[in-house]
Amino acid sequence: MQKRFMSIWFRHLTTDWLSLRRPELKDVPFVFATPERNRIIITAANPLAEAQGIHRGMAAADAKALTTNLQVLDHIPGKEAKLLRQLGLWCIRYTPVVAVDLPGGLILDISGCAHLWGGEREYLKEIVNKLRTSGYDARAAIADTIGTAWAVARYGKTTPIIQSGQQAQALLNLPPVALRLEPIILEKLQKLGFVTIKSFIQLPRTVLRRRFGEGFLSRLAQALGVEDEFITPLVPPVPYTERLPCLEPIRTVPGIEIAIQKLLEALCLRLQSEGKGLRKAVLKCYRVDGKMVQAGISTNRGSHSVSHLLKLFQLQIGKIEPALGIELFLLEAPKVEDVDALQEKLWAGKPGLADTALAELLDRIAGKVGPERIRRYLPAEHYWPERSIRPAISLHEIPETKWQPGTRRPLRLLRRPEPVEVMALLPDHPPKVFTYKGRRHVVAKADGPERIEREWWRDKGEHRDYYAVEDSDGQRYWLFRSGHYDAAPQWYLHGFFA
Amino acid sequence: MLSAPDKKQLITRLKKDILQWEGYKAPAAGTNQTAGLGAIEAAFPNGVFPLGAVHELVCANTGQATACGGFVSGLLSVLMQNGGACLWIGLSGNVFPAALKAFGLEPDRVIFVNLGKDKDVLWVMEEALKCTGLAAVVGELRELDFKQSRRLQLAVEQSHVTGFVLRNRSDKMGSTACAARWQIKPLPSEAVDGLPGLGFARWKVELLRVRNGQPGNWVVEWSPAGFSVIGKAMAAPQQLMIG
Repeated sequence: MQKRFMSIWFRHLTTDWLSLRRPELKDVPFVFATPERNRIIITAANPLAEAQGIHRGMAAADAKALTTNLQVLDHIPGKEAKLLRQLGLWCIRYTPVVAVDLPGGLILDISGCAHLWGGEREYLKEIVNKLRTSGYDARAAIADTIGTAWAVARYGKTTPIIQSGQQAQALLNLPPVALRLEPIILEKLQKLGFVTIKSFIQLPRTVLRRRFGEGFLSRLAQALGVEDEFITPLVPPVPYTERLPCLEPIRTVPGIEIAIQKLLEALCLRLQSEGKGLRKAVLKCYRVDGKMVQAGISTNRGSHSVSHLLKLFQLQIGKIEPALGIELFLLEAPKVEDVDALQEKLWAGKPGLADTALAELLDRIAGKVGPERIRRYLPAEHYWPERSIRPAISLHEIPETKWQPGTRRPLRLLRRPEPVEVMALLPDHPPKVFTYKGRRHVVAKADGPERIEREWWRDKGEHRDYYAVEDSDGQRYWLFRSGHYDAAPQWYLHGFFA
Repeated sequence: MLSAPDKKQLITRLKKDILQWEGYKAPAAGTNQTAGLGAIEAAFPNGVFPLGAVHELVCANTGQATACGGFVSGLLSVLMQNGGACLWIGLSGNVFPAALKAFGLEPDRVIFVNLGKDKDVLWVMEEALKCTGLAAVVGELRELDFKQSRRLQLAVEQSHVTGFVLRNRSDKMGSTACAARWQIKPLPSEAVDGLPGLGFARWKVELLRVRNGQPGNWVVEWSPAGFSVIGKAMAAPQQLMIG
């Protein structure tokens, strides 16, 4: 069967995307620019800017001189490839073979697809209309070869559909740049006065090879269909999902366990072969009565261990209510991450936070009592005691700053300082006697004050003067006075020293 | 009839044999396994602080609970010195991580689990004690009965993780399967180099019960260099028989 290809060209891909994201830019000429050799060079311009004579490769300063209200935005590296990939994945509804063709295009292998839309004309119209209504300025062409489709999509002036075997005629009137040639060869062709393809297509191959090289001939042969050209099709990501339909509705705990185990075995095999680990999984159970119940687990680090994940699900089985029975189990893994391949250890490594057994233990605890109850703390750069620590986000996070060993801090810190009655001999002296929860403590020794200022840029209030005191029984406390001594200050107990 | 020194020798030998039959192996020559407790370690069988066992610390009030926390933190610093992690399961949740640095351990390697019920603490503690990836587990509890302590002890026997149970309720003191029962009371500190103010943390460490060992009590001070035993506080309390 004759192969047919379609080339789609997005004339203003990145600028169209930004206009969709930020509608206020629709009526403003704007460009993307990036610094290159001490100059700001434009990488893309929107249609309004192009109408003013601004094109890619121009210096931004020159462009600004042309228009008054030009907006220059930073070029986003890799954005074009990302957008094309997404558009390519969307195009898979029209043909299974779609490839990204940088810059600014897509190649579709449409052999045997067009008749489903009632012919190539309707097919092309459908795709282009869909893209244009969604805001992307697209041009497309269909031909026997990728080269011709590419050329006609970009430089064709008459019809976008080139009948089978008509590549040569279609190319004749196009400029040489339509052959996807390198800039050096294009320059040579221009110097020699070759303005259209028809002016050199009849020349002997040996002459062309000598002057322009093998690459030039190969491009020409690809466009004419003499030489084959290959594309790398996009592969859409397959979601991590497993299904298990049951012949008989399942109602018992062992039955549910077996179902989970089977699903996990299939899923973990796939995860393992792809070097991934599961971070979140949801088990959906479709019941006979048409309702759906679900249970979820999450892990601290990617895991593809069936036994561990099964243990986590076993803690959740109690939440699954089978009622009359479950007829379909669906296991989804919405969050996966890359995991390092585990190497069998010859010696057990030193235990630490990176230990797998510890991560699995924390997963189990989180499954039983809730993840919010597990906390690990890192130092924060604040002197205010309540703010001097912050919860760690993950098990792998390491402290950015050092813990302060020099400051004397109580082992047990009350979440809220508790008011105490205090008697001090002199202002600014440590207390002599204080009453806490109705008990009188006589202070035998004291250290202080350590003044800790409130962070004025965060909240208003008094500073604290901390005293470490020891009562006659030997118990050590951390007391503070809120504010200066002059206006009847309030004293608080904030912690206990060991 | 044997002479008195002979009798003594015989008894020591028999005692050693019994220890061996019960599974207490004397440390291999050359190993330097110590918990940094100095003279107190002599109270344990074979003179070695039992790691891979559950210790029970009784706290009657907040002061004692804090002192227990300090004592345990000092022990943890030895257990975690080669990069291990530890789990601190609390009811109160008021342990201040920044203070742990003063006890020589890296506070970011301590994972806190804050729970409300004894039942949950016991579940988490048992799971944690089975995990070989941990250096130690500290659990704060209200009460601990024999059955529960036996479960913890069984978990520890497989994994050789050291467990510490801080008990808040001291009124009911049944027998437990723990290796040792401690009570730590705060004592007035001594001035350092005659300077005014607070000295280093000082506690009266009472070893109330110890399996196959000698109970006793000591005055212990914690300085940045580690524990130092100041001396025996008083005569040993009446020896309690362990069931």
